[in-house]
Amino acid sequence: MSSHAAEAAPHGHTHRDDVGSKMGMWLFLFTELILFGGMFIVYAVYRYMHQAEFHLAATELDRLVGTVNTIVLLTSSLTVAMSITAIQEGKKSLAMFLVGMTLVLALAFLVNKYFEWDHKFTVGLYPGSPELVNKPQGVVLYFGLYYVMTGLHALHVIIGMVVLAVMMGFIRTGTIHKGSYVRLEAGALYWHLVDIIWIFLFPLFYLLH
Amino acid sequence: MEQHDHSSSPHDAPHTVSYVTYLLIWLALVMLTGLTVALAGVDLGRWIIITALTIASIKTMLVLEVFMHLKFEDKTFRLFVLVACVTFAIFITLTFFDYAFA
Amino acid sequence: MAIASAVPVSVEPDFYHTKTKYKGILGWIFTTDHKRIGILYLVTMLVFFFTAATLGVLMRLEMLTPGRTFVDAQTYNTFFTLHGIMMIFLFIIPGLPAVFGNFLMPIMIGAKDVFFPRLNLLSWWLFLFGGIFALVSVFLPGGAADTGWTFYVPYSVRTSTNVIPALSAAFILGFSSILTGLNFITTIHRMRAPGMTWFRMPLFVWSLYSTAWIQVLATPIIGITLLLIAIERWFGVGIFDPTLGGDPVLYQHLFWIYSHPAVYIMILPGLGVVSEILPVFARRTIFGYKFIAFSSLAIAFVGSLVWAHHMFTVGMSNTGMFVFSFLTFLVSIPSAIKVFNWIATLYKGSIEISAPLLFILSFIIQFCIGGFTGLILGTLAINIHVQDTYFVVGHFHYVMFGGTGFGLFAALHYWYPKMFGKMYKQAPAYISWFLATVGFNLLYFPMFVLGYEGMPRRYYDYLPEFQTVHQIATVGSWILYAGIVVMFVNLVVSLWRGEKATANPWGGETLEWKVPSPPPLENFDEIPVVTTGPYDYSKYEKAAQEVK
Repeated sequence: MSSHAAEAAPHGHTHRDDVGSKMGMWLFLFTELILFGGMFIVYAVYRYMHQAEFHLAATELDRLVGTVNTIVLLTSSLTVAMSITAIQEGKKSLAMFLVGMTLVLALAFLVNKYFEWDHKFTVGLYPGSPELVNKPQGVVLYFGLYYVMTGLHALHVIIGMVVLAVMMGFIRTGTIHKGSYVRLEAGALYWHLVDIIWIFLFPLFYLLH
Repeated sequence: MEQHDHSSSPHDAPHTVSYVTYLLIWLALVMLTGLTVALAGVDLGRWIIITALTIASIKTMLVLEVFMHLKFEDKTFRLFVLVACVTFAIFITLTFFDYAFA
Repeated sequence: MAIASAVPVSVEPDFYHTKTKYKGILGWIFTTDHKRIGILYLVTMLVFFFTAATLGVLMRLEMLTPGRTFVDAQTYNTFFTLHGIMMIFLFIIPGLPAVFGNFLMPIMIGAKDVFFPRLNLLSWWLFLFGGIFALVSVFLPGGAADTGWTFYVPYSVRTSTNVIPALSAAFILGFSSILTGLNFITTIHRMRAPGMTWFRMPLFVWSLYSTAWIQVLATPIIGITLLLIAIERWFGVGIFDPTLGGDPVLYQHLFWIYSHPAVYIMILPGLGVVSEILPVFARRTIFGYKFIAFSSLAIAFVGSLVWAHHMFTVGMSNTGMFVFSFLTFLVSIPSAIKVFNWIATLYKGSIEISAPLLFILSFIIQFCIGGFTGLILGTLAINIHVQDTYFVVGHFHYVMFGGTGFGLFAALHYWYPKMFGKMYKQAPAYISWFLATVGFNLLYFPMFVLGYEGMPRRYYDYLPEFQTVHQIATVGSWILYAGIVVMFVNLVVSLWRGEKATANPWGGETLEWKVPSPPPLENFDEIPVVTTGPYDYSKYEKAAQEVK
């Protein structure tokens, strides 16, 4: 490892170092991972303390909606991954189309999420609602975590959309092109992380009845 | 470090993953999703969490290795990912030294 | 390091006098030069340090007599909360890495800047905003936060004081710390000069590298934990509040998962400074280079496994207590490895007394006292007795102030000529060291006695029999404060009055001493090629042998 870095370094600032840029991005992803990790610890402890009530509460969630959203998000990861191949091949409009598809799918995910939350609110399952307060404590905790974790995930979806929209602009203006696309790679890495977090949120909230 | 790792100079041929590979991985991910949903209907008792998390981990591996190009990157990256995952595993395990024996 | 050994007479102006894109103050607050950012951190950090130190002296003043001395109990609560938040998040955590790491690490590894210079500037801006948030929270209606720096639930969810601004401050500062860590890891991996292999890096860089990993991997936990409290306060979501089924002990786990490794963020760079300064003034190659380098990583790792030793009285499971107590003892192994190697470095060295070395010697002794009392606290049976007493306060001040604080003073005196191109006056520096060391020990050693006899921490009032010891500590705080004032007056006055410093006033062998003082904008005219390890004092050792 050392010998390599030593060889790469003399170029210093004058030479672009894409590996270094990606390294920074990966380190940033770890912080996001641990951020959600903190919530997964809370989830694990409360699930351990209130097993029956967590099972009961999970039946309130619509498995179909969750599955659809999972597939939507997986597909959006596919399109953004393919956009990198497109840019490597110099196919600018294809790359833009693929990033655009990712944005559309992300939006679909959010719309779906909105209706899901909206439905929960109509049946009175929201933090502090009279309906929820009278339920067992494990159920209250489950829904507290449900809102916080999916809410924070949705926030990351929105941030990811902004990042990818900017990347799309960069492709259009030619800032990102065949010879230089590390920014698109970084944006895609962020998007895949959002996907990975959902890969865990989905079974933990929707499937463990 | 291997010779192919000259990605610091952008004009060396970067690793291009074919569309077909991506599509196959996507297909595997969708199928695993189907599997985990199908298994959720089966009464597995305490194994339900373990199977669900195992499938989620396999899906994550696929995303990391192919979609996120970990397979083609500098080996240091893989070490980094390992360090991050081990750290998280330690956090959650040690927390459970309190709760599991309470 | 055996690069072209003649000190270069650079024709380039130093970085203070190089033309920048913006002029005047804008040239500073929009700079991406790691050296300027280091100085920015230094100035902001010192402002916060003096504010927090003054609060500390006021707290001691209040403890001069039992009952009310000059402020009421609520104000006293605010004092210790702010003192804690500012000292920890605004002074010790960013202290050595953000100031000296920024200024020196790129030079030490032979680079022109950090890998992400703009991100580096963003870190400073976040640091500034975080600090402002912390200060603003004091003056907003509702009153300054009174939870202590630990923000324990359920009190932090229920108190009507300005907890949210204080939480936001800590959150933003955490983000700033993460970005610095991320930047340093990438820089150290990707920007080392040719020949600068991992085992030719100065030990300060090794300690920064270990620290950076903790910053990246542990800080997000405190981020999410504080965010969860804010969400709980805003929306009434049940997470930690016991009335909604939450578990306040879980909050403590999460808080300490970060905050214990955070004390290693604070101490590791301090240990690095010792390893950096000792060989220079002992004129000896450091003893056990690899042991010291790896012990930094080991401390970072083991230090992440011991957090629940802050919680031995909350009703954890017995298994949990045994495990965490055992792991706590393990931390002493890498720490002791460092101390033994330092002493072995001094042994038979040609020691030259100087202000930086004196601060380092105080550091080693005080760090040992802090470390040993840490072992006492890690012992389950004794911990139950002294938990939440002045014993704990004494312990962590011995490590954090007696260690990191003195390390920072040493670093300031060691690298001052490099950073400012001036030399400070020696006599006042020696006096400040004497006052600070005497004052420090007079202030904090009595706390061990107080704590052992049962004086709880954070209490506004105390029993009359504690008064004498409290008064000794208060007098100590005055002497310590005087020492610090003398130190900074000396350093500030020397900025104008000091003699011009040479490139290498101490005879250091690491790369920063091969460039002019202060360094030019891009550090090196030409990136150096490194052929030997740091601290190559073999010629001095040979000479010393010949004298015998």
